[in-house]
Amino acid sequence: MKNPKAVSSDSRTTALGTDKIRKDFPIFSQNIHGKPLVYFDNAATTQKPRAVIDALLFYYQTQNANVHRGIHYLSEIATSLYEASRVKIQRFLNARESKEIIFVRGATEGINLVAHSYGRTYLKRGDEIIISGLEHHSNIVPWQILSEQTGAVLRVIPVSDKGELLLEEYERLLSKRTKFVAVGHMSNALGTINPVKKIIQMAHHWNARVLVDGAQAVPHLPVDVQDLDCDFYVFSGHKIYGPTGIGALYGKAGLLEAMPPYQSGGDMISYVTFGKTLYNTLPYKFEAGTPHIEGVIGLGAAIDYVLGLGLDKIETYERELLAYGTKALLSLPGIKIIGTAKEKGCILSFVMDGVHPHDIATILDRQGIAIRAGHHCAMPVMERFGLPATARASLAFYNTRGEIDALIQALKHVREVFKT
Amino acid sequence: MTDLNELYQEMILEHNKSPRNFRAITDATKKAEGYNPLCGDRLMIYLKLENSRIADISFQGSGCAISKASASMMTTMVKGKTKAEAEALFEDFRKMLGRGAGSDYDTKSLGKLAVFSGVCEFPARVKCATLAWHTLYSGLGNEAKIISTEEGR
Repeated sequence: MKNPKAVSSDSRTTALGTDKIRKDFPIFSQNIHGKPLVYFDNAATTQKPRAVIDALLFYYQTQNANVHRGIHYLSEIATSLYEASRVKIQRFLNARESKEIIFVRGATEGINLVAHSYGRTYLKRGDEIIISGLEHHSNIVPWQILSEQTGAVLRVIPVSDKGELLLEEYERLLSKRTKFVAVGHMSNALGTINPVKKIIQMAHHWNARVLVDGAQAVPHLPVDVQDLDCDFYVFSGHKIYGPTGIGALYGKAGLLEAMPPYQSGGDMISYVTFGKTLYNTLPYKFEAGTPHIEGVIGLGAAIDYVLGLGLDKIETYERELLAYGTKALLSLPGIKIIGTAKEKGCILSFVMDGVHPHDIATILDRQGIAIRAGHHCAMPVMERFGLPATARASLAFYNTRGEIDALIQALKHVREVFKT
Repeated sequence: MTDLNELYQEMILEHNKSPRNFRAITDATKKAEGYNPLCGDRLMIYLKLENSRIADISFQGSGCAISKASASMMTTMVKGKTKAEAEALFEDFRKMLGRGAGSDYDTKSLGKLAVFSGVCEFPARVKCATLAWHTLYSGLGNEAKIISTEEGR
């Protein structure tokens, strides 16, 4: 009992059952460059459990048909699976109604849909859009383009040295000109978890609408869109152990109903003549064309899997793993962690004296350890900290303390290679 | 770890630590900026051309060991060469890194640049090694735009 903290966390590790969990992910049975794969690039994309892979396989082998139109057995099966996933996501986000869940390609498309459909309809010259200095490019560029198109002005919430949003500055940016606020729930580059509920309340005080980019948050913490009271929430399936190319947009029904379609074609119509087209109701108005049926079914399976483990257990486990990793990294000389927010998800963004992140990533890769090196599609964040790039280890519930130890050993090896 | 030693050869590490010609040329006749958007590497090449000959060359910027060492060694190799000679050297350098079927490059002319031959085993790093050269190429070709390693993709 020399280290009671470690003992208690071990018992919780057992509660989550990481050893057993890892067996659910076929990819971990292989070696990379002769070493066991240590996958620390979860903020880029996560690995897929067998339950997801099997759902895709089973769908194509036994259930494949188009949805919403076939009057035949398989089409009814495919349609019910597709719509069952929508209900799963509704419950997962605690949306009021399943029609508030729109399937999109990912968080990026969700943001583009809102910027395009809501933004171009309701924003005009002189209006203001607020984003934050922590955003991924996908939550910057659509708003920049919208600003150029409408004449609205883009404002940015500044970031502290710890990587936290400066809410007093945000307060100052808000005014009756503020029409829209788009903010990430959790920073992909630094891990900061933003106080989105507060940010939303402050925006609503000025009657501005709020979109939350939840791409990084949903795999790691429970999200309740009604409690947050956000107007829009987006996430990507592949970051929550589901397939690529699928994600969801949540929008309050009243807002979605008042918005024009984003894309047009089949499925989004109720009646078409050459003179006029009547649009379908929600959610189909925003789902033109044959959807990513397989992706939707796989995403449903991924959400079942995550809920089966329990997001509260995942959150507890990952929090401890982050604390362990933070301590271990800081035990090495010449390492600086970028992003030290009080509320932080399991991302370790760091730099090493005298060695560029790109070189760190190459040397780690040869030890079987996958990390990301670069600007993480968040160049303004890098600029804020005066860095061209960082090395980023982003963790998930299937990662272990043993893997953190392997990372630390590999970082020592980086020093050896560079003879610093 | 043999392949890592192939990549991070002594000379590369040494040039990374103490890059040559790492400065601005105030009376440069040409400047060119190179950029690798994948990793954020950015460098500026300064050239002083006299009758198609590289009378002086320098660079500044930030990047990984491979890109920095490559830029440093490039400046030492092309200084004094004509535009055509520098471009021929780039061609051989590129062939060495590509090492595709039938790529016959002139090992003799490459000289100490041969230390970069290990880079071809690390496809993700080839762009790091060629960034400075692409930038030089644009500088010699009198193009004013920023050279991106991701162009045409």
